[in-house]
Amino acid sequence: METAIQTTEPKKNYLNAEYGVMSWLLTTDHKRIALLYLGSITAFFFLGGFFAMLIRLELLTPAGDLVLSDTYNKLFTMHGVVMIFLFLIPSVPAVFGNFLVPMMIGAKDLAFPKLNLASWYIFIIGAGFILYAIVTGGLDTGWTFYTPYSTTYSNSNVVAAALGVFITGFSSIFTGLNIMVTVHRMRAPGLTWRRLPLFIWAHYATSVIMVLGTPVLAITIVLVALERLFHFGIFDARLGGDPLLFQHLFWFYSHPAVYIMILPTMGVMSEVIACFSRKRPFGYDFIAMSSVAIAVLGFLVWAHHMYVAGISTYAAMIFSLLTFFVAIPSAVKVFNWTATLYKGSITFETPMLYAFAFIGLFTIGGLTGVFLGAVGIDLHVTDTYFVVAHFHYVMVGGAVTGFMCALHFWWPKMTGKMYPEAFAKLSAVLVFVGFNLTFFPQFLLGYMGMPRRYHAYPPEFQVLNVLSTAGASILAVGFLMPMIYFAWSLRYGKDAGPNPYNAAGLEWQTSSPPTTFNFEETPVVTSEAYNYDEIDGTTQKGVEVAG
Amino acid sequence: MPDSEIAVQHNLKHHFADLEQQRETSTFGMWLFLVTEIMFFGGMFATYLIYRLSYYNAWVAGSQTMEIQLGAINTAVLICSSLTMVLAVHFAKLGNRKLTTLCLILTLVLGLSFLGIKGVEYHGHWVHHEVPGLNFHFEHEGNYDPRQVMIFFSLYFAMTGMHAVHMIIGAGLLTWLLIANGRGRFTPEYNTPVEMVGLYWHFVDLVWIYLFPLLYLISHHHNG
Amino acid sequence: MWSNLPLFPARASTMAGHVDALYFALVAMAAFFTFLVSALILFFAIRYRKERNPVATQIHGSTALELLWTGIPLGIVMIIFVWSSVIFFMQTRPPKGAMEVYTVGKQWMWKFQHTEGQREINELHVPAGRDVRMIMTSQDVIHSFYVPAFRIKADVLPGRYTSTWFHATTPGRYHLFCAEYCGTQHSGMLGEVIVMEPADYDRWASGGVDGSLASAGEKTFQQYGCSMCHRGDAAGRGPNLMGVFGRPVLLDDGRTVTADESYVRESILNPGAKIASGFKNIMPTFEGQLSEEEVIGLVAYVKALGNGTANLPIPVSEPNSGTYPLAPKAEGSAAKSDKATTPAKTEPAKPAAKQ
Repeated sequence: METAIQTTEPKKNYLNAEYGVMSWLLTTDHKRIALLYLGSITAFFFLGGFFAMLIRLELLTPAGDLVLSDTYNKLFTMHGVVMIFLFLIPSVPAVFGNFLVPMMIGAKDLAFPKLNLASWYIFIIGAGFILYAIVTGGLDTGWTFYTPYSTTYSNSNVVAAALGVFITGFSSIFTGLNIMVTVHRMRAPGLTWRRLPLFIWAHYATSVIMVLGTPVLAITIVLVALERLFHFGIFDARLGGDPLLFQHLFWFYSHPAVYIMILPTMGVMSEVIACFSRKRPFGYDFIAMSSVAIAVLGFLVWAHHMYVAGISTYAAMIFSLLTFFVAIPSAVKVFNWTATLYKGSITFETPMLYAFAFIGLFTIGGLTGVFLGAVGIDLHVTDTYFVVAHFHYVMVGGAVTGFMCALHFWWPKMTGKMYPEAFAKLSAVLVFVGFNLTFFPQFLLGYMGMPRRYHAYPPEFQVLNVLSTAGASILAVGFLMPMIYFAWSLRYGKDAGPNPYNAAGLEWQTSSPPTTFNFEETPVVTSEAYNYDEIDGTTQKGVEVAG
Repeated sequence: MPDSEIAVQHNLKHHFADLEQQRETSTFGMWLFLVTEIMFFGGMFATYLIYRLSYYNAWVAGSQTMEIQLGAINTAVLICSSLTMVLAVHFAKLGNRKLTTLCLILTLVLGLSFLGIKGVEYHGHWVHHEVPGLNFHFEHEGNYDPRQVMIFFSLYFAMTGMHAVHMIIGAGLLTWLLIANGRGRFTPEYNTPVEMVGLYWHFVDLVWIYLFPLLYLISHHHNG
Repeated sequence: MWSNLPLFPARASTMAGHVDALYFALVAMAAFFTFLVSALILFFAIRYRKERNPVATQIHGSTALELLWTGIPLGIVMIIFVWSSVIFFMQTRPPKGAMEVYTVGKQWMWKFQHTEGQREINELHVPAGRDVRMIMTSQDVIHSFYVPAFRIKADVLPGRYTSTWFHATTPGRYHLFCAEYCGTQHSGMLGEVIVMEPADYDRWASGGVDGSLASAGEKTFQQYGCSMCHRGDAAGRGPNLMGVFGRPVLLDDGRTVTADESYVRESILNPGAKIASGFKNIMPTFEGQLSEEEVIGLVAYVKALGNGTANLPIPVSEPNSGTYPLAPKAEGSAAKSDKATTPAKTEPAKPAAKQ
């Protein structure tokens, strides 16, 4: 790894430009807002992880003997709500999107900086409602809020939690709106769409989903809250309503939501793999187009969550067909990343290790999605641990691994400090091993027939559950270690310099940490993205342009 | 200093190259926000449509009880308010502060009138026991399932209620514009906020244009 | 321990083999691609590590490769789609003549009613070697009827019927799980499906019951006064229900619907939703008056009326009974002659009042 020539760092950067709590709470600097998000979502990640730990401890034994049934139901519900709405949905876009999108396109900030700050406050207020729901008795409907249980039968804090989800949804909408408008209107001169980093393409596609899908969840959850308060009957069969209508409206957002959670990390992969192979990603156009394809197709498959719910045979088949289509662009990306390694010059820094882990785990997760899209199989495995394993492979093995990858890649840029490489690599390995041990047995459990959301289970499922809990303890260590060494690095880490990885991209042309306005002058872009041959001084005559 | 430079000095945000880029960005942002609003209301419209197909008789029964005169007056009120809003934008672009203020005030007054008339209607529904969950009791001519009529009214209150919330927000925005305009913020070079609030106001008006026939005019018979 | 490591549940139905076959094919496909990608990554990472390949070769891409690795996965998933759809059609199309079991799910138990009359809670006795169709509804929230050994699952909804079917092959006891989260005791809503040899089942089914489900329904029919309007002839205020079940019914708005379980249930609980052509919308609703079990009994009874295994009585004497002469007292001949006047045909004496 070549270290950039150490220039004298400017004394003022965005971190020390102003001091004081109010300078952070009233900031409109996209980089500071990104750090506000980083702090909040990290706290929520560990809260959700705490719930997960209790779940796995309970599932060590077949009997429901650690907590009461109602408590267990609240644990898995709150685990889902916190992890999805308070961690995964914001994670990469609100931290790295906020931080990097303006820098990658040569802008001084996002299009609407005050709206950006408002987004964070809205997120915190929504989280406040959810936390209030947790501490005043919890929510036990599952994160999916299915009716009529949530509207009529549950005795938990449905309205508070629903309002919390409703409010955080607007944070998501405004972030997506901000990113979309920024990418359209604020690119530096010379930065055409096809010169954009793939990280930007991924975030643009994600923003389309955030903007179009989230409002539907918002109105659906409002209707649930109204129904619970005023007994409207829209989703309650006893009052003439239709519980399936809720499911359609809910999944219309919540399926595209999973692409909100994964697409940004796919953008991260393109950046990291390119950097540590020292070459541009193979098939740039196809990777960019597949991001858009995933966003579009993602809106057409929602009822694959409802094959057994009572929809017609023909509807199920149509959604199954479309679900198979949506799998293809993700496969295309995986093949392109793998091909990027071919004839690269590869090094194995921590971000690259996380990228390898991502590709392997996301491949398994995505392929098991194909299992679930196949209606004939889904009838057996839906609502079992097979689904739980599938979505944890894509959400944790994919999205969280991608988040860790991004955190390690851009930590030097954000903080100006390097983390200790040996510990970082060790925790990457622990996460990989612990994760597989936790979730692979759950595929087997699911096919054996163990349903999900079960507090107690028949004894024949115990062995696999014990393996799963053992893995979870390793995984927990793998996630706790970065907390420690990242904090350590802030004080004792080596100075990173502007470009410790010699990476391509406008963000690396600034100091580490950057100044408040990113660029002294707006850069003018004259070369293609990922110009690693120029950077490494290896520009060849007759660059291989196959196909 | 020429007006344009004053405008730039006071209004150009640091991350934009020029006022033109800033205005284009704001416009794009507002249109995109309105798209999200379409999706937001769209969920309720979809619910309405699905139930109307299955529960048509109940929909007719519920719709017959709507006070068409008030609804029609409200529609006219909103359309006029869109006219006054457009005029406000127009005069802002011309730099005519007085007429901008006048048109903004008219828009605000019309908007508040809409809300007032809506309040009268809601009160009427309350008196006639047509509020789901509070005092719902429906007995009218026709073959329908009363539970389904309650769903109609649930959607009626949800849709018009959400619309009213947007009107209240719009009224707040108009008030803010009035204050800012009073302070001379808007000039021919810089009047984007007026234009953006105008876009928002027209959208909210448009939502009502859809709500009125869908809720008030289902199979409506002229009653003498 | 390894011999006990479970990979799939017992195969106790005709579907199990089909589902497992597709599953293992998918496992093979997934394993193949996982190993392919992992092996390529490992190989490239080692072969092209910086020490071994200090200069990277910039490659823009290859349209041919893109088409290849788009086309091949697309082809593979299309094959999976067709295969899985074939299985799905089998899973959702119960064969004709399947025996029926009615299910009511509630928090947190399963209630089963056999047509022969047996009632069970949390235990379901079925014969091996016969098609069994479950007709299910919920009394409260959404549940899901899941028997892993049969490879079937179907959600059980309030306010309507859903159904699934199976053909059990091997006698034994198999888990029944509720697979849709339904509240506190969701994981306690367990049951057992007891598959018996056909002869044993027949013996069990006929053992000491109060009469068939249809006869229970007939009692309900009388008890709630349905026979006042639904008579065994064309003179009733309501349609004659003989021979109606399973056939198309013409409605007053011109639509034609099939008189299945859901139609019968809706006609009882929400009669104004669909009016048979030629009749007025005067039937009162029984929503809130009947339990799910009573509705199921009525459905079974109407089904029996449909296939001729039960009869509707005709009142012997009734003043001002309408334009048609009363049919003879004997129920047998009345049943035959009244089959010709089902609601599927327009009743000339009663013009449809369009609402």
